[in-house]
Amino acid sequence: MHDKTIAQLGAGLAAGEFSSEELVRAFLDRIARHNPQLNAFITVTVESALAQARAADQRRQRGEAGPLLGVPIAHKDIFCTDGVRTSCGSRILDRFIAPYNATVVEKLNAAGAVMLGKTNMDEFAMGSSNETSFYGPVRNPWDLEAVPGGSSGGSAAAVAAWLTAGATGTDTGGSIRQPAALCGVTGIKPTYGRVSRWGMIAYASSLDQGGPMARTAEDCALLLGALAGFDPRDSTSVDRPVPDYVAALDRPLDGLKIGLPKEYFGEGLDGEVARVVESAIAEYRKLGAETVEISLPNSQLAIPAYYVIAPAECSSNLARFDGVRYGHRCENPKDLLDLYTRSRGEGFGAEVKRRILVGTFALSAGYYDAYYLKAQQIRRLISDDFRRAFERVDVIAGPTSPTVAFNLGEKVDDPITMYLSDIYTIAVNLAGLPGLSLPVGFVGQRPVGLQLIGDYFAEDRLLNVAHRYQQVTDWHQRAPAAFA
Amino acid sequence: MSLGPAEVAKIAHLARLAIHEQDAPAYARNLSAILDLVAQMNAVDTTGVAPMAHPLDMAQRLRADDVTESSQRDHFQAIAPRTEAGLYLVPKVIE
Amino acid sequence: MMEWETVIGLEIHAQLATKSKIFSGAATAYGAEPNTQACAIDLGLPGVLPVLNREAVRMAVTFGLAIGAEVARRSVFARKNYFYPDLPKGYQISQYELPVVQKGQLTIDLDDGTSKVIGITRAHLEEDAGKSLHEDFHGLSGIDLNRAGTPLLEIVSEPDLRSAREAVAYMKKLHQMVVYLGICDGNMQEGSFRCDANVSVRPKGDPKFGTRAEIKNLNSFRFVERAIEFEIERQIDLIESGGKVVQETRLYDPDKGETRSMRGKEEANDYRYFPDPDLLPLVLDEAFIAATRASLPELPDARKQRFMSQYGLSAYDAGVLTASRELGAYYEETVAALGGEPKLCANWVMGDFSAFLNKDNRDVAQSPVGAAQLASLLRRIQDRTISGKIAKDVFEALWAGEGETDAIIEKRGLKQITDTSAIEKVIDDVIAANPEQLAQYRAGKDKLFGFFVGQVMKLSKGKANPQQVNDLLAEKLK
Repeated sequence: MHDKTIAQLGAGLAAGEFSSEELVRAFLDRIARHNPQLNAFITVTVESALAQARAADQRRQRGEAGPLLGVPIAHKDIFCTDGVRTSCGSRILDRFIAPYNATVVEKLNAAGAVMLGKTNMDEFAMGSSNETSFYGPVRNPWDLEAVPGGSSGGSAAAVAAWLTAGATGTDTGGSIRQPAALCGVTGIKPTYGRVSRWGMIAYASSLDQGGPMARTAEDCALLLGALAGFDPRDSTSVDRPVPDYVAALDRPLDGLKIGLPKEYFGEGLDGEVARVVESAIAEYRKLGAETVEISLPNSQLAIPAYYVIAPAECSSNLARFDGVRYGHRCENPKDLLDLYTRSRGEGFGAEVKRRILVGTFALSAGYYDAYYLKAQQIRRLISDDFRRAFERVDVIAGPTSPTVAFNLGEKVDDPITMYLSDIYTIAVNLAGLPGLSLPVGFVGQRPVGLQLIGDYFAEDRLLNVAHRYQQVTDWHQRAPAAFA
Repeated sequence: MSLGPAEVAKIAHLARLAIHEQDAPAYARNLSAILDLVAQMNAVDTTGVAPMAHPLDMAQRLRADDVTESSQRDHFQAIAPRTEAGLYLVPKVIE
Repeated sequence: MMEWETVIGLEIHAQLATKSKIFSGAATAYGAEPNTQACAIDLGLPGVLPVLNREAVRMAVTFGLAIGAEVARRSVFARKNYFYPDLPKGYQISQYELPVVQKGQLTIDLDDGTSKVIGITRAHLEEDAGKSLHEDFHGLSGIDLNRAGTPLLEIVSEPDLRSAREAVAYMKKLHQMVVYLGICDGNMQEGSFRCDANVSVRPKGDPKFGTRAEIKNLNSFRFVERAIEFEIERQIDLIESGGKVVQETRLYDPDKGETRSMRGKEEANDYRYFPDPDLLPLVLDEAFIAATRASLPELPDARKQRFMSQYGLSAYDAGVLTASRELGAYYEETVAALGGEPKLCANWVMGDFSAFLNKDNRDVAQSPVGAAQLASLLRRIQDRTISGKIAKDVFEALWAGEGETDAIIEKRGLKQITDTSAIEKVIDDVIAANPEQLAQYRAGKDKLFGFFVGQVMKLSKGKANPQQVNDLLAEKLK
């Protein structure tokens, strides 16, 4: 059962081929067997998963239907889950039992999806390799020596190893798309404001966006249909109807204009990755699409601007972790200052501290204009680049990541090199656009992802473009041998 | 832009982060490298460019002035490090 | 001897009288059990987000329009970052560069009878912090976050105030205004209206400002006056003895009547303001502003002018009657119900009515005597059914809920005696009973006329019409 897509599982449940409880038990068994190796889950919620599965079976018996009813999924441990530890990959929240549900969690609960557990992630979503997690790194199911990418590395690895049918992720600078690419799965970061941020622990509020990860674009469409929508509890949520993503999947690609930014195919892109991406683009031409070279002239400024804006926001967002109302508190603080500095010093890992320090510095008196304001101006330039591009093309395509998955430990001591692995994904967050990564081949045994970028709220188009490719290729169906 | 361990200590204090003295040079090095990366922004003249704080050009939505929450004190304080008589306890606040 | 000029600017925090908090649906009621009105948002739990309360915005705009300010069509919420246990998120959401209210003014009345226009630099929306309780919990402090997230309007004046008296006059005028507008309950004991004062001195005529000290913790008019006076003297003494004022925050100690430095406890703050990414720009359209303008009440100054011209009241009377919106309305209802006699009405509303409210510590709204009832009483004075003096007794009975005016008069037999022959009979009896006084009076002791009036009133149980008594006595005693 585990090797089926969400769409197939939904059909099997509807046809009575298996119950949700049977399905969930099968997945829980796989998690028990494989998770020690992969470390994809921080918390496995066996009891509540079985209870939810039985409840889903009962709902179905009462005549309810729905594509996600009884389907097992996993949540990135950044989403608050009522009564379940929500660690955000950090020691500071190691014992934090969330007292409420994120909207994303509520929505999947309402759809009848069954939560298997909470997936591992870079601490507070700050990282591109999953190595900053307090709970240790996740391994890439395709090659256990390789990182799964980050920050939603646990979700990507769990989907790739077929430990869950689908998972949620969040993407602030590429944290859905980059691990999806490195683990050979499909993931979509929706337009900023499309999915509610309520209950999603903030890293950089103006960039963070939750979204689904699964094996296929069709599965992502099913999940996004449930996740998306207006939430009055999030001031940045957009009040706009959610289209039927599944219905839009089969639209033909004839006449589709795909923009290829020359900046995404230049220096820094691994030659073998380039070849795989180019063959995927050739496939699109066969499907009737037209490709156009475009330019996003300010692309090289995305990482510099991001590493001001994201740290600035995070330095403020993470100030609430002070050992007073929840979370880690140091032993025997001698005074208030000691309580703060030691609780936070002990609770946060090195990368989180680095970003808090950078952000604190960038916002401090005398530096605000040179750093924060300047970065916001660059952000405007980057956003304008995309606006101009979408006057000419329907979607933009390119590599998701400049390389395939790198080795564990390879970049962990060199933050700058690590940051560069998000070079193609970060600009999308700065602009707030939707972006999708789908598997399009391998270099050796490590997967390569193609990134598709759409105009605002064009998730339906992105899923459609990805789906048509998956109708004629089988990369998304492949499984790492050890987890087949 | 290069930061030394003393500047790191100052920023760390502002951010209320305890940084071990032996780690300060490494933080200083990493932070300086990040600031060098960030300095690439200076290559572009942004005179007259409106700063962009939000990805979408929207206005703040307003909610009705209704009381929708009731007390969940016990629920919320169950996860608190230290409480007494309904209060969160912290080392003495001196004013 | 150098002559010094004082320069004062006030920052006033007025809690807005909304039902729920500025960014959450928790209640704002005062005095609840600790942390029972602190919801997930107020506690700054991971993952929570703020949504702005429309009513708080409406109130801020109301204030802006009332002080003739510019209401910003676009304003921005920023985060003010600092660590403090009563500040759950590690930042306060406030407005920094673009406040919702900009450049207004307020006219205050000075002791010498002149008036002065005080500039208001800005008024911005922000959230209040919680409270640290310093009772000893084994050497620890307790934090109550009920107040966290209560909407505040911070009103910042220009440094236009030149004395402690002016500062108090401004603060009182502002207090009257926010209460009048219904946007703040004005309760200073509960902290609904708080003041920080920036005080500096400079040699008279010097165009440059001196170094200022900010005095915090001023929660009564009296404290503001005393603290500022103390501070002026301290600064002048300091400078005259060769010292220098340092820019700092000082705390007023009401027990000792002095301000003291908070130095040492407070470090150089770097608040790292930046636009709050969880909130979008507050954009006010013309319709919202027009609707708010349309709902503005007549403002105290305008109403005072109208009372003077329409009712012929003195500036003093008009000022008293327009000090609160409810009192002014009560007065006007009374005049309308009576159909005139504005001066009589004013005397009663300012006199017995206000005295009884005071005595019982009640608001106008809680008065047991409505305007129509008061008018019915005044009508009986007007038609000479009772005298003004008797009316006071009837008013007391009305207040005590003993019934309506006419029933009380009837029941107590208070109807005024206007029948000439009846009054003459009483006078005759009094004259007959006091032959000695009569003789003295007739011998030229005019003062005794009052004695006879008193005796007649006493014998008539106060019911004889005083004017008639006077006229008839004068005749009879001749």
